[in-house]
Amino acid sequence: MKIRTVQVIALNTFKEAIRDRILYLLLFFAAVAILFSRVLALLTVGDRIKIIKDVGLASISLFGALMAILIGTGLVYKEIEKRTIFTLISKPIRRHEFLLGKYFGLVLTLFVMLLCMSVIFLVLIFFHTWTVEWNLLVAIFAVFIELILITAVAVLFSCFSTPILSSLFALCFYLIGHFSWSLETLIKKARPGAGRTVLRVLDAVLPDLENFNLKTEVVHGLPISAAHVLYATAYGVVYAAFVLTLAVLIFRRRDFV
Amino acid sequence: MNTVIAIDNVRKSFSTGFIPKKKEILKGISLKVEAGEIFGYLGPNGAGKTTTIKCVLGLIFPDEGRIELCGRPHLDPRAKERVGFLPENPYFYDYLTAREFLDFYGQLFEIEKAERDRRIVSLLHLVGMEKAAGLQLRKFSRGMLQRVGLAQALINEPELVILDEPLGGLDPIGRKEIRDIILRLREEGKTVFLCSHILQDIEMLCDHVAIIVGGRIMSQGRTSDLISEKVLFTEITVSGVEKSDLAPFGESLTAQGDRTLLKVFEEGKIQDVMDLVRRNGGRIHSLIPRTQTLEDIFVDMVKPQ
Repeated sequence: MKIRTVQVIALNTFKEAIRDRILYLLLFFAAVAILFSRVLALLTVGDRIKIIKDVGLASISLFGALMAILIGTGLVYKEIEKRTIFTLISKPIRRHEFLLGKYFGLVLTLFVMLLCMSVIFLVLIFFHTWTVEWNLLVAIFAVFIELILITAVAVLFSCFSTPILSSLFALCFYLIGHFSWSLETLIKKARPGAGRTVLRVLDAVLPDLENFNLKTEVVHGLPISAAHVLYATAYGVVYAAFVLTLAVLIFRRRDFV
Repeated sequence: MNTVIAIDNVRKSFSTGFIPKKKEILKGISLKVEAGEIFGYLGPNGAGKTTTIKCVLGLIFPDEGRIELCGRPHLDPRAKERVGFLPENPYFYDYLTAREFLDFYGQLFEIEKAERDRRIVSLLHLVGMEKAAGLQLRKFSRGMLQRVGLAQALINEPELVILDEPLGGLDPIGRKEIRDIILRLREEGKTVFLCSHILQDIEMLCDHVAIIVGGRIMSQGRTSDLISEKVLFTEITVSGVEKSDLAPFGESLTAQGDRTLLKVFEEGKIQDVMDLVRRNGGRIHSLIPRTQTLEDIFVDMVKPQ
């Protein structure tokens, strides 16, 4: 694999995404949502800053995921649909280099977008507390790892499905991932037997995106263990690598008609 | 001579529909393209021209058969490094400017920055697009896209250039310019694989021709061998002579004003017509011997299908 080729395609993908209007629309609404947390804080009794942190981080996570899904699912499909892939594949590049280039281009885009949202968020927090809270950055880093995984999923679906279907699939992945923890409760309540085994298998296979959710710790000032952050990072990276491998396997044998 | 493209018994079928039904598009194609020639690949719509090209470039995988480019398996990046390709109805990244677009492809070939810049300037000049260099491709017309697409195909100074309908969507001046570029590529020793259904272009440009109909190569050979020099008939336009007087010499087709177009099939009768016109004090406006064209061969081949 040529790193240089992946790099060139990634930079071009970044250019493509950054010149796409939908990105700025989402960024605008993300900014509105983050700032809206200030209004919500007015309505609450007690510690206002907790609400701002909670709603702000949730907005960053949600809009980051929306960006990953809405852009990621169109990424590969658009290349095939618009036939831009014809000229590209005819060049001396291998298909997995193309796919990885697309992926890393989007990851770079999301990194920049996350940076923009974080700046708005941190400035808002700073004006309330007059201190810089570093553990907020740890929470945002966890969100970034989550986005790495969601982008991989979006790209995987984009390899064989239309953007609308892929978006639905990827959104389902996001929702399932955030609620799969409830399976553990269900396992405890289920009677031992076949049903419980099925639930256990599901629990093992389905993604657990709550690993990347550090809101509770950050909002209530609880300590974040380094082990947990390390585990979450490894979990995200390995899961993303697995999903990307699947995507490459599908993409490698595809005919571009 | 070196063989640049060698296609050996390539078959490809696609499954379509809800209940998959196999449809064979290429039914055993074999081709050889030698270095330094312009090779015309001719066929009616849906014959499998573009499918063949896609197989050659690795966009689709043939079910059977072998393809070699410049003596290497066709999927080898080292083979692709020596190939340039302009697709039919080119669609490119419309958010890029012409210069960025060429630069992007140049980078994929790992060409150094200074060399890339030099080539981009000379290619934009070659295709007559210097003025549009800073314009986003979304603002380009079809003809402009075609030109910048050709520039893209030449960015790596390829040995083999594959062009799918390169003259489509161009005005007459544009067609002439692109034809000149294609001829120049041959002078530079490059091989051009030209895919088209516009017969005049192929006849004018190509040294070798292959005709594909319904997924099979129907005919293959030197253009000059395929087209016989034999005169089929002679068209004579005359005036000042009654149409009925001309009837014995051949088929009188149309009359525009006082002019009559006469189709004479026997060479000996041409002199008789000229004598008749002279006796009647008429005029001969044109006398054109018609030889067999590629079109005649093509139509003959396609008709029975």
